[in-house]
Amino acid sequence: MTTKHTLPVAVMALAVLVLWYAGAIWLNAPMATDALNRAGHDWTTADLIRATLAMKRPILPTPDQVALDLYNSLTGYPVTSIRNLLYHTGVTAGAALAGFGMGVVLGVALAAGIVQARTLESSLLPWVIASQTVPILAIAPMIVVILGNLGFTGLLPKAIIAMYLCFFPITIGMVKGLRSADPLTLDLMRTYSAGSAQTFRLLRLPASLPYLFTSLKIAVAASVVGAIVAELPTGGQAGLGARLLSGSYYGQTVQIWSALVMAALLSVTLVAAVSLAERALVPGGQGGAR
Amino acid sequence: MPAAQPAPLTLVPPAADAAPRTIVDVRNLTLTYQTADHPVYALSDVSLSISKGDFISLIGPSGCGKTTLMRVVADLEQPTSGEVTVNGMTPEQARLKRAYGYVFQAPALYPWRTVERNVMLPLEIMGLPRAERQQRAREQLDLVGLSGFERKFPWQLSGGMQQRVSIARALAFNPDLLLMDEPFGALDEITRDHLNLQLTRLWLGTRKTCIFVTHSIAEAVFLSTRIVVMSPRPGRILDVIDCDRDLPRERTLDIRESPEFQRIAHRVREGLMEGHSYDD
Repeated sequence: MTTKHTLPVAVMALAVLVLWYAGAIWLNAPMATDALNRAGHDWTTADLIRATLAMKRPILPTPDQVALDLYNSLTGYPVTSIRNLLYHTGVTAGAALAGFGMGVVLGVALAAGIVQARTLESSLLPWVIASQTVPILAIAPMIVVILGNLGFTGLLPKAIIAMYLCFFPITIGMVKGLRSADPLTLDLMRTYSAGSAQTFRLLRLPASLPYLFTSLKIAVAASVVGAIVAELPTGGQAGLGARLLSGSYYGQTVQIWSALVMAALLSVTLVAAVSLAERALVPGGQGGAR
Repeated sequence: MPAAQPAPLTLVPPAADAAPRTIVDVRNLTLTYQTADHPVYALSDVSLSISKGDFISLIGPSGCGKTTLMRVVADLEQPTSGEVTVNGMTPEQARLKRAYGYVFQAPALYPWRTVERNVMLPLEIMGLPRAERQQRAREQLDLVGLSGFERKFPWQLSGGMQQRVSIARALAFNPDLLLMDEPFGALDEITRDHLNLQLTRLWLGTRKTCIFVTHSIAEAVFLSTRIVVMSPRPGRILDVIDCDRDLPRERTLDIRESPEFQRIAHRVREGLMEGHSYDD
């Protein structure tokens, strides 16, 4: 990051923190007032603010509470411990990446089919689109139950739900990408009497990469959401979704927010990894512009 | 009509081919597009014979079918009726045998490939070994004056350089026939002059048969051995002008000031005006 960008980024981060603290004071004030009144002493506004920022089960925990919880969890226990958030993040990341991998294969295969065979566009694409109108929250438990019946538990059901969310943007982006080669370059391949497999490999596929990577960034973030959603009905003991669920059972809002922050960090990391791969594979970073 | 006087200018190369071989033969070619309301007559009864080593320019206003004619020769369009042979084969057979190189209006370079790998593309499709691909690409880039730009990407080059890369790419697999569709149409006058000079040298050096589509009279006269003047609605041939008799094969830019050049240009212009209907 250049120094030119440091200031705006810092200002934005500061604004978010200020808003967060203000929100915490505002949301936690009623409960804090109750507690202070019950204690029976006189209290000032400063007492109230101090109380809202240090509650055990706040409506909205403060950033420092979340940061402390994260720090304790990450440094207080070995990575293999169920009390370490990194362990849960690893479980979720595993399911998300497995689902992402399956989603890439499925999404690219569907797109290739749709582009190479015109009939597939009218017969397949409506189903692809319809699949995304079903809320993932409704379909996730069914997938878990069905796969559980077939004897599949653990990572696979979660990966399939993640895949369900992430193949769609890949298919749509890839179809557009595979069709993005301009007519002149297609004519050119014809003058070389290139076969359709050669045209696909040497022209359509490389032309689609900028579109594919845009889709991959959306898909990898969606795969994290899919994996977390999948962890809710599986009743799993591990994973960020399980942490969210147990946090809400016991009113551990700080724990919930820690898990949320970890989920966000995981998504950011994965999207950044996709961006790095893009920079390595798409020369010049010209994107779709030509 | 051009006077039959001998060319007074510099060395005319001896006629090496006593009986020049016909490379492209077009007979009674008609091509009609069916549109929703009425048919469009892109080409009507066009006949043309092109010999080995010819440089033929197709000139005419928009819609006269000059690009269509070349696309038929390249098997990129199918004629409604008439016969076309390329090297004695049908256009499709010729295309499958990679008998020609095609240069489009736009460079049509692949932005994800370096200049060198763009030139190597046809060789890759033909399955040449890597070392030979690279060697041929270097030779062709040298021929169009782009040595040292092998590792650049297309967007790092100017428009004229990009078009030169696309010419190198068309030459890479050494086809006998070169089809060029307004390759310099989008370039400025100075660049165009420069590339015309390079192209005429290239043509003299390689002895390839060229078909060249253009809007520019000066360009057509400067480059061609024969100029085919076409007119629109329906697309047809109005006049075929032989420049070889009055202009030397080896040409420099100052030839454009000569009376022979002016006379041929005048005849081309007259042909174009005759074919141009001002009713639309």
